[in-house]
Amino acid sequence: MATFSTLAMRMLTRNLFPSTIKRVFGMAAPQLMKVFVTRRIPQEGFELLKQSGICDVQQWDSDEPVPREELLKGISGAHGVLCLLSEKIDKEVLDTAGNSLKVISTFSVGYDHLAIEEIKKRGIRVGYTPDVLTDATAELTVALLLATARRLPEAVETVKNSEWTTWKPLHLCGYGLSNSTVGVVGLGRIGLAIARRLKPFGVRKFLYTGQQPKPEIAAEIEGQFVPINQLAEESDFVILSCALTPQTQGLFNKQLFAKMKKTAVFINSSRGAVVNQEDLYHALSTGQIAAAGLDVTDPEPLPLNHPLLSLKNCVILPHIGSATYATRTTMSILTARNLLAGLTGQEMPSELQL
Amino acid sequence: MWGRLRSGLTKAHVSEFRTWAKLETMQRVMQELPRVYVTRRVPPAGMKILKQSGMCHIEQWDSDDPVPRQELFKRVSGIDGLFCVLTEKIDAELLDAAGPKLKVVSTMSVGYDHLSLDELRKRGIRVGYTPDVLTNAVAELTISLLLATSRRIVEAADEAKNGGWGTWRTMWLCGYELSHSTVGILGLGRIGVAIAERLKPFGVRKFIYTDAGPRPELANKVEAEYVSLDILAKESDFLIVCCALTAETQEICNSSMFSKMKNTAIFINTSRGGVVNQDDLYKALSSGQIAGAGLDVTVPEPLPTSHPLFKLKNCTILPHIASATYSTRNAMSALAANNVLAALKDEAMPKELKL
Repeated sequence: MATFSTLAMRMLTRNLFPSTIKRVFGMAAPQLMKVFVTRRIPQEGFELLKQSGICDVQQWDSDEPVPREELLKGISGAHGVLCLLSEKIDKEVLDTAGNSLKVISTFSVGYDHLAIEEIKKRGIRVGYTPDVLTDATAELTVALLLATARRLPEAVETVKNSEWTTWKPLHLCGYGLSNSTVGVVGLGRIGLAIARRLKPFGVRKFLYTGQQPKPEIAAEIEGQFVPINQLAEESDFVILSCALTPQTQGLFNKQLFAKMKKTAVFINSSRGAVVNQEDLYHALSTGQIAAAGLDVTDPEPLPLNHPLLSLKNCVILPHIGSATYATRTTMSILTARNLLAGLTGQEMPSELQL
Repeated sequence: MWGRLRSGLTKAHVSEFRTWAKLETMQRVMQELPRVYVTRRVPPAGMKILKQSGMCHIEQWDSDDPVPRQELFKRVSGIDGLFCVLTEKIDAELLDAAGPKLKVVSTMSVGYDHLSLDELRKRGIRVGYTPDVLTNAVAELTISLLLATSRRIVEAADEAKNGGWGTWRTMWLCGYELSHSTVGILGLGRIGVAIAERLKPFGVRKFIYTDAGPRPELANKVEAEYVSLDILAKESDFLIVCCALTAETQEICNSSMFSKMKNTAIFINTSRGGVVNQDDLYKALSSGQIAGAGLDVTVPEPLPTSHPLFKLKNCTILPHIASATYSTRNAMSALAANNVLAALKDEAMPKELKL
């Protein structure tokens, strides 16, 4: 009789998830790993976590960032955390998490919010989202460059303020890409994707700078490796596309702005802290450079009374580089898969080499 | 001493007389020179060419605003050449006012819907315009507008200024990307091809186009497939209008077309406002029949700020700035000037519109 009921029990419960078994029958189920998700993320990724059957998912189910205390509570004893770039995963967070933490999966390609040394020390694996967001981010950077160079937000304001009276030959003239020199600071995946999109606009020359030349990558756009000073002097369009590191922190400052052309357009879609914002304000307001477009600032959001927001020749976007429906959905799936792989000791689709 | 003074004075008189005579001669010569009227303050490159030619007497409405119609009628009387911009209607009435000496109308634009071609042809007046020199700038602005619309640039810039920008959020201000999309071009001419060439590296999967008939030479440059207007509407993720305004294309973009489009589609017009039925566009945008629209041209221009299209977050309107780069506007001005001078000399014009 006992055997029969055990067999029946097995047959009945075969298709139920471990968590359901545990709940319905009060039986001990395979130990679920604790996962903390720090924000509401696109459904596709979240479903992957829930349906995996290996984790017990806790979530800060909001569009706003998780407050620090809630983050510390949620991460305590967690095996895995799925976070956004708004969470600083530093020593305190890692200590609070404890020894169980095996994987951090970030919903971004940037990882300047992660204390990499501390993470490495503890043998924690990190997943991130390169490649899947390259197209959307390169596209947004070009959108920002064109909006800045061709003065689109200014033009829209003019119309709304009833200043558009008629077609005028010299009204709202901007700077075109035809026959220009474009300088890319940091010719990585995104930098190359940006340059590739600019090529058919008639760019005459591509320059790039970084830690070392990348001839194989640069060949596609016939890019010339130059020191940063030369890039600043010769470029009609300067585009920042590098990671934020101790070496690039505050890289673009008054020294470099002073070398740039008066007609130059400056674009940053990498990280805000690569630019000295006070120096940028000075360069823009004194006509040292023609215009700037920023998708990233320091801090984010930029306070409403920040002087850069008052300049007609400065376009500021609220960090929307990868913001397309398709890309954010793909990022959520990749982030979930990175996390699950980290929990089960398998190969991650995109692991950050520490 | 008095003798020397008297001869000095005489010399001065003579020299003054000679200068005065020269001036008189010059004035007479100038008055015999062909007369050119320039209807606006135009970029310096063109004025320089006209002045340095020494070939014509130039009068100009030296203002950033259009010359009033009545004033224009007065000023064109008896002229040989007219250098105009697209705000002047060159019709029978105006041509009558100008009189029989008028041999050339040179417009600083590639569009010529403001010119009565029949009337010009009847009177044997030659027409110059400015194709090619503005193709790059216009294609560039069209793509700027497309990206501004699909990636919600203006909306986003506003959020950064009005306090809407909180912290990074996963689905906030998401737009539609060009990767794997189908781009449809209504009117595949020079500008249409230039647009397609620039969109290619954004990962567009397919280019389709419609036109009065297939245009294989142009289409092959960008591997675009010829389709009907219906198919263009149904299949395009991005529909870009690049055709001239003619009787056939007047309001070709109307409710019939919009109703066939995808509700994720982006509609862009940098050709002429008259190609679009603006009421139908408003309905399509406000009901979610299409996702967004970007317009560089409207009816009228300027569009009154009370127009309902301005109320829509998913509609971006620019004040007709497609060719507005310093180098392009100067090139247009120079070309229009050279067109005038060539016609005055009865020579081949750099860019003549075949009537």
